[in-house]
Amino acid sequence: MRKGAVTYRLIVFLVALLFGVGFSIPTLFQTDKGSKITLGLDLQGGLHMLLGIESEAAIASQMKNIASNIKFFTDDENILIDSLRMSEERVSFELLDPDESKNIEKMLKKIEGIVVSNDGQIYQIKLTEEERKRVIEYAINQAVETIRNRLDQFGLAEPSVARQGAENILVELPGIKSAQEEQRARELIAKAAHLQLMAVDEGRKDQAYKMSDKEAASYGDVIYKDARNEEHRHLLQAIPILDGSMLTDARVAFDQMNQPVINFTLNSQGAKIFGDFTGKNVGNHLAIVLDEKVYSAPVIKERIGGGSGQISGGFSIQEAHDVAIALRSGALLAPIKLLEKRTIGPSLGADSIKASLVALISGFIAVVSFMIIYYGLAGIIANIALIVNILIIIAAMALFGATLTLPGMAGIVLTIGMAVDANVIINERIRELLRIGASVRKSVDQGYQNALSAIIDANITTLIAAIALYAYGTGPVKGFAVTMSIGILASMITAILGTHGIYNFLMSRIEKNPNTSLWFGIKRG
Amino acid sequence: MQIFSKDKTYGFMKLSPVTLAISIILLLGSFTLMFTKGLNYGIDFSGGTLIQVQYAKPIALDTIREAISKSELFKDATVTHFGSSEEVVIRFLSSTASLEANLESSITQTLKDTGSFEIRRVDMVGPKVGDELRIKGLTALLISIGAILIYIAYRFEWRFAVSSVLALTHDIIIVIGAIILFNIDVNLDILAALLTILGYSLNDTIIIFDRVRESTHEAKEYNLNEVIDYSVSRTLSRTTLTSLTTLFVVATLFFFGGEIIKGFSFTLLVGIIIGTYSSIFIASPLLSRFGFNIRTYREKEIAKQKRRLEKEKLRAQFEKGIV
Repeated sequence: MRKGAVTYRLIVFLVALLFGVGFSIPTLFQTDKGSKITLGLDLQGGLHMLLGIESEAAIASQMKNIASNIKFFTDDENILIDSLRMSEERVSFELLDPDESKNIEKMLKKIEGIVVSNDGQIYQIKLTEEERKRVIEYAINQAVETIRNRLDQFGLAEPSVARQGAENILVELPGIKSAQEEQRARELIAKAAHLQLMAVDEGRKDQAYKMSDKEAASYGDVIYKDARNEEHRHLLQAIPILDGSMLTDARVAFDQMNQPVINFTLNSQGAKIFGDFTGKNVGNHLAIVLDEKVYSAPVIKERIGGGSGQISGGFSIQEAHDVAIALRSGALLAPIKLLEKRTIGPSLGADSIKASLVALISGFIAVVSFMIIYYGLAGIIANIALIVNILIIIAAMALFGATLTLPGMAGIVLTIGMAVDANVIINERIRELLRIGASVRKSVDQGYQNALSAIIDANITTLIAAIALYAYGTGPVKGFAVTMSIGILASMITAILGTHGIYNFLMSRIEKNPNTSLWFGIKRG
Repeated sequence: MQIFSKDKTYGFMKLSPVTLAISIILLLGSFTLMFTKGLNYGIDFSGGTLIQVQYAKPIALDTIREAISKSELFKDATVTHFGSSEEVVIRFLSSTASLEANLESSITQTLKDTGSFEIRRVDMVGPKVGDELRIKGLTALLISIGAILIYIAYRFEWRFAVSSVLALTHDIIIVIGAIILFNIDVNLDILAALLTILGYSLNDTIIIFDRVRESTHEAKEYNLNEVIDYSVSRTLSRTTLTSLTTLFVVATLFFFGGEIIKGFSFTLLVGIIIGTYSSIFIASPLLSRFGFNIRTYREKEIAKQKRRLEKEKLRAQFEKGIV
């Protein structure tokens, strides 16, 4: 018997087969090693959130920074200024000693992205338009980093935090198993973790209960509530001595009463500012403020060097743990707002997997048996191509680290229906030629040639639709587009090259026994 | 095995006045539904909150309606069964932007007297996101139609492109009519289904057009209607076969795929039927109605061929150094 012809088509197909089998094994048998397809949240359950930031707050916080800088500089250089005020729009102050104007202008020049205007001794500072954009951009990136840091330390499996579009943040937490856990995770993300060390306005502190917020602001003060007792109010100087950006570490510890507290450490710049301030203000009160609540306001007994402090405030252990995580991962420059949230219970995900698997398997059996009944052995060859096609989809998705969602499953199911299409077109063309009495070899080769333009044009247009879906779709729609695109590309290799290669290989055998009813389901004309 | 006679040519073009009339009626019906009842946007596009709750025992919707009527949170909520009488979906238009808001516990609190249940899904989409998704979805639809139009015009001829895109638009509009008629919530997955139909129906049309293009070169006569009938007949078994296999799998998805995917698979089911119908009965007649003429097409093709040959000749001469 003559040996079958091994053509490049068969070789390409075998390579594709090896690729498909090799890289789909980790997914199919859930081995420990190798890259696997991850299940989407809709299949395994979990929490999906789209977050945005309040950009006005990011601007306000930048203004506050500028004000703090001015205050620190003028204190340090002993320059007298008055009525230092800030709003979202501007920072303003009055220079009392005109001789210092050169000095102060030199300092202001060093701050980037601001416009300074002065009317006599009154200085006004605004942010430039580019600076505003940069601040917002920075705040979003910082929020992504911070949230990622926090969730990494929270101890959930595979949290994913990514920027989406110009101003949104996508958070996916597949590991969430209960409503309580979800609540805790959301609170952790939302925590501003804005630590401030602030001076108590010693002169007016007794009026804290009488004053309105507006009145306090006119003195350059703010009123914050006490963390332990909502009724209790503190009157503090609005511009903080320093804030959490100078923090290097925060750990849970226990005090003498065995209550959980948080010990924090400042960097060298923070330690210097802290040391200077405490040295100058012995006898005054220092408020430790976290997220606009005063946790404690002890009297400064002596200069505190070394740059460490403690937050105590009747935390539960879990709370202290979460606050410490939030402090360590840094403050959010702007509050986070929730734009979209999807919570899928694990039982629902399991139901969806079950249902789509049933559809996948029954659809597969229907198509495969249909092809065999209609085309005979040619149907079996098309089915081999189909199976390899499915394996390649699985393998490619596993390699790309793609996520399989419910619409993605639907995409695979649909691909099963459509992938045999190419072989149907080819087989019909072969049959046409057989009917007019062409030889088997000629029918096969000519059949593939005749079918090619239709298959290519049809696939490319479907691919165009899939690409549009991918480019403009979000989440689950993207998953659908990915499986469909891979399916189409793979079918070019399996259905066109692969089956042709198999025919080439078997041709001598077919020619020896040209029973076309068996091979192609019809008699030769 | 074979379904259709191997060399009979069926008279599809004779039927075209009837099928065009049917399509126009379907289109008018869809437009009427669009402008009277309108699309029923799900929370993906309208924004709002959706809660899916599974009870241990079958539950009457009125029990739930009564329980939530006291709560401000569930104002204007709609309550429907979801797939079975144990499973319920509560939908309302409001959403919260606060990350810390504990929606689950307020739901549990509100429903605590209605029986033992499990919250299986909570989806909340803010109003801005909904708008954004809708715009993106429409863009995807329009851009892909545009890209396809250009591709077909390049590969075939502009009349092929216009006919296939019109047939495509016809399919999408009728499917949208069916979506409205059967009260299906339009969410992201329905958009995905519409785009799939777009690809699928085009697939069908192109296979037939490819055959028309081929037959145009071979035909002895210049009668377009005969060429179309011949081409549609030759591809008929392929069209039927592929539609049947695809319909099979989509039907299994519809019947066994679970409630969540029902809207998606329904849309596909209708789309595949309409798409197959339009490829045979709408796209090709349109081609003829747009005045596609075999003689001029061939003349153009021959002229193109000539130009190419002349260019090649010139190049060959140039390379030989004659010019």
